[in-house]
Amino acid sequence: MFTSTAIASILPEILILLVGMLLLIVEPFWKEEQRRNAGWLTAGGLLLAMIISLLFGQPGEPVTTLGGMVRFDWLGFFFKLLFMFAGAATALLLMDNEKVGDRGEAYLLLLASLIGMNLMAASSDLIMLYLAIETTSIPLYVLSGFMLADEKSTEAGFKYLLFGALTSAVMLYGFSLLFGFAGTTNLYQLVDLFNTGALSPFVAFGVLALILVGLGFKASVVPLHFWAPDVYEGAPTPVAGFLSTASKAAGFAVLVRLFFVLFPEPQLDLAHDWAMTLAVISAITMTVGNLLALPQTNIKRLIAFSSVSHAGYALIGVVALTRLGAASVVFYLAAYIATNLLAFGIVMAFSRVTGLEDLKDYAGMSRRSPWLGLMMLSAFLSLAGMPPFAGFVAKVFVFAAGIQAGYIWLVIVAILNSIIGVYYYLNALKYVYLYRMPDQDEENHPVPMTRPYAIALVVLTIGVILIGTIFAPWFSWSDAAALNLF
Amino acid sequence: MKFPVLSVITFTPIVAAVLILLIPVHRRNETRAVALAAAVFALILSCWVYFGYDQATGGYQFIERYNWLPALGISLYFGVDGISAPLVLLTGVVMFTGVLISWGDDHPHVMAGIQDRPREFFAFLFILAWGVFGVFVSLDLFMLFFFYEIAVFPMYLLIVIWGWAVTREYAAMKLTLYLFVGSVIALVGVLAMYWVQYQNTGLLSFDMLAMESAGFSKTFQDIWFLPVFLGFAVLAGIWPFHNWSPDGHVAAPTAVSMFHAGVLMKLGAFAALRVGIMLLPQGAQTWQWLIMFIAAVAVVYGAYIAFVQVDFKYMVGFSSVSHMGLVILGFSTLNRQGLLGAGLQMFSHGVMTALFFAVVGMIYDRAHTRQIPELGGMSKIMPFATVGFIIGGLVSMGMPLFSGFVAEFPIFMGVWNEQWLVAIIASISIVITAAYILRNIRQVFFGDLPEKYEGHLTDVTVLDKVAIATLCLFMIVIGLFPNFMVPMVEEGVKNVLRLLQGGA
Repeated sequence: MFTSTAIASILPEILILLVGMLLLIVEPFWKEEQRRNAGWLTAGGLLLAMIISLLFGQPGEPVTTLGGMVRFDWLGFFFKLLFMFAGAATALLLMDNEKVGDRGEAYLLLLASLIGMNLMAASSDLIMLYLAIETTSIPLYVLSGFMLADEKSTEAGFKYLLFGALTSAVMLYGFSLLFGFAGTTNLYQLVDLFNTGALSPFVAFGVLALILVGLGFKASVVPLHFWAPDVYEGAPTPVAGFLSTASKAAGFAVLVRLFFVLFPEPQLDLAHDWAMTLAVISAITMTVGNLLALPQTNIKRLIAFSSVSHAGYALIGVVALTRLGAASVVFYLAAYIATNLLAFGIVMAFSRVTGLEDLKDYAGMSRRSPWLGLMMLSAFLSLAGMPPFAGFVAKVFVFAAGIQAGYIWLVIVAILNSIIGVYYYLNALKYVYLYRMPDQDEENHPVPMTRPYAIALVVLTIGVILIGTIFAPWFSWSDAAALNLF
Repeated sequence: MKFPVLSVITFTPIVAAVLILLIPVHRRNETRAVALAAAVFALILSCWVYFGYDQATGGYQFIERYNWLPALGISLYFGVDGISAPLVLLTGVVMFTGVLISWGDDHPHVMAGIQDRPREFFAFLFILAWGVFGVFVSLDLFMLFFFYEIAVFPMYLLIVIWGWAVTREYAAMKLTLYLFVGSVIALVGVLAMYWVQYQNTGLLSFDMLAMESAGFSKTFQDIWFLPVFLGFAVLAGIWPFHNWSPDGHVAAPTAVSMFHAGVLMKLGAFAALRVGIMLLPQGAQTWQWLIMFIAAVAVVYGAYIAFVQVDFKYMVGFSSVSHMGLVILGFSTLNRQGLLGAGLQMFSHGVMTALFFAVVGMIYDRAHTRQIPELGGMSKIMPFATVGFIIGGLVSMGMPLFSGFVAEFPIFMGVWNEQWLVAIIASISIVITAAYILRNIRQVFFGDLPEKYEGHLTDVTVLDKVAIATLCLFMIVIGLFPNFMVPMVEEGVKNVLRLLQGGA
């Protein structure tokens, strides 16, 4: 059973576990003021794990390993790399977060949820999938409520827990029904159930809807988005960044695998109806997210609603149910992870110094720290979908996939939405670049950055620009991932 | 291997922008020097492109091609033809003069140029220039669109940060949203063309030269011509989507107004021609009447609104709407004379309007007002700028011996061939233009200098004079020697006509 392929298929997870164990062993021996170095250890360990996985753990032809539990293919592998990258960046950003960064548990919880995400992206069995989702969620519940003395953080953790528990229970019910109808929990054997007409369309639809509740919660799709702004606002900022990127992308990874595997032929009635349902959800998600982002005055809530709307854009690729659609979703998520982590990282770096999180507190930010201002410019313009940043290419690919599949109306809705997006992103930049601090002496209020922030933010900014300009390698990886679905 | 002049010229501004950002904040003069050096370099290269273009051979030249994303058929595919080569030169000229105008001056009475954060200003201005060069030289539709969007967002920052404090927030947001709406609507059309080409020919490519023979059906062209053409033409300030343009001009700092009216509006017209008319020629023929109608309205209406303005900069802004209307009117004729005139007018208007905005900016920096009735006697203080403005005015009125005549005469000839009534109506604008230009020259530059300005005002700087002289030079050269540009644009027009006649 434990062949070299089997080991390779879960190599990243093994390595993450090793990093976690190392952390557990080393951390108690450190003095109080050294504990934040656990962040270096985590980030470095994850980077090393990525390199080792790339060297020794690259998938070949898609195979199923570990008794049918895990699928070893490029789709899972690419997502794993993305998650680990996001985890490393989050670890760096956590380091100087007061009351969080100097406690080893925080990093351990991060690593634990990373293992869960990696398995989510790779699992090919309903049971494995459920376990992976829970492994992802539980550490994140704890992390969101990590700042015990802070009421908002406690509220965030509790709210996230309640929502998460409820939706995953609904999803589990859906899984159990699937097992009841098909007699198997293997994802790849469920195809027949949906494509031979053994199941009445009505029932099939209901079961899928139940499952979508759990995944939609992870991806914060309307109407399952209510937790997102509150949790992002209350949770420690780097954790919010992690929730809005890696955790959301993990939801999408499952969504993509599930629907592309279940509906290999998009012409079928059920597949078509289901794609139409997702299209409507996508349209509603982006519209609601963008409209609610408009009046926000707290920057974390603004990014929270904007990240809801980005789930809507990414869904267009799923709706298309084509190879380009899948590739464009994966590409979109890669671009989005880098961009949104950058945005949250800047919020973190700024509020660590100033303690402020309102949009109006960003007045004069570009004069206080020109480089931080430029990074925020990159992040927000990328979110708005402007070149030469990642968001532009990602959006064009998704739109191209939508038009190819004939969903012109959906693309038009998305375009109208990006116009709303441009408005509020530029509005935020207006504070950064135009408005002055009340007493106009920005020179005396610089925003100093510690080394972990400088490294994380610079790497993310370069990433955002690289994805947006030299997009060929990223796209070919996304395409390789997409190819495994067909 | 030949020197890759087009990619060097395209990437010069962005490299310079990054370099400028790396200079420490307080090193203001170094910042300006790097900016000027990059602008001079770009100007030399654009002259090289213009004079190196072999008119005898015609077609697309200086071609470079690098695969960028083969899986979707995206490539960095550069080349210029007789229509885009003058526009590359125009961009070089405006970039050079724009840097000169923005140099800044520490004289106590003068607030000329950019004093606040020149580093960021030049960096954003050069990102804008990067996008502009990219659009003019791209033969790949995806990259054209990529550069087109790059040219949009720096405008917002440039206007909102360095603009006129009264209207900048409103105007910058309005401008950005208008342009963004236009461009994304065009994007849907572009993607539709991409997929239909794939259906028709099995070719997955954004190559515009290949797309010319993609065999788009007449129905398809009729449906998509308007979104694509009008989507791009929003940036050309086409009526009734012109509203952002004067507001944007007025709110923008001088160099940005020059860029905006001088080059950016050509970007819209150029993209509308390249993508709208050249790739969807049958659609253009179907909707010719509509385009001609709105262009004629823009020409007359813009001139009339310019006539009633009391704000100097608004006047120039609306005159741009009117003159860009002439460009679109030239396109709408779809014949040789009209297109030739439109191509020339793009260059002529670019230089002329850049000059206008430069002079208006110089006056405002000194007098701190742009209200025409409050100004007067400026010729006593800045004789050089006065001469420059008068030359620009003569170009604007379409006087013979200046570039305006060379450009406008063929446009009206072309329109007359298609529809004589439109030619007559549009020609009313010439009279109105002459009226407002002459009236303003008299009021602002001659007459008595208001007392409050006695002794307070200074002449323009040497750098300003160099900028004015450069711009005037081109207007006069083209006016005296039309052969400087006409045969080249004719080469480009031949290609458009070939496509309009359905030739592959």
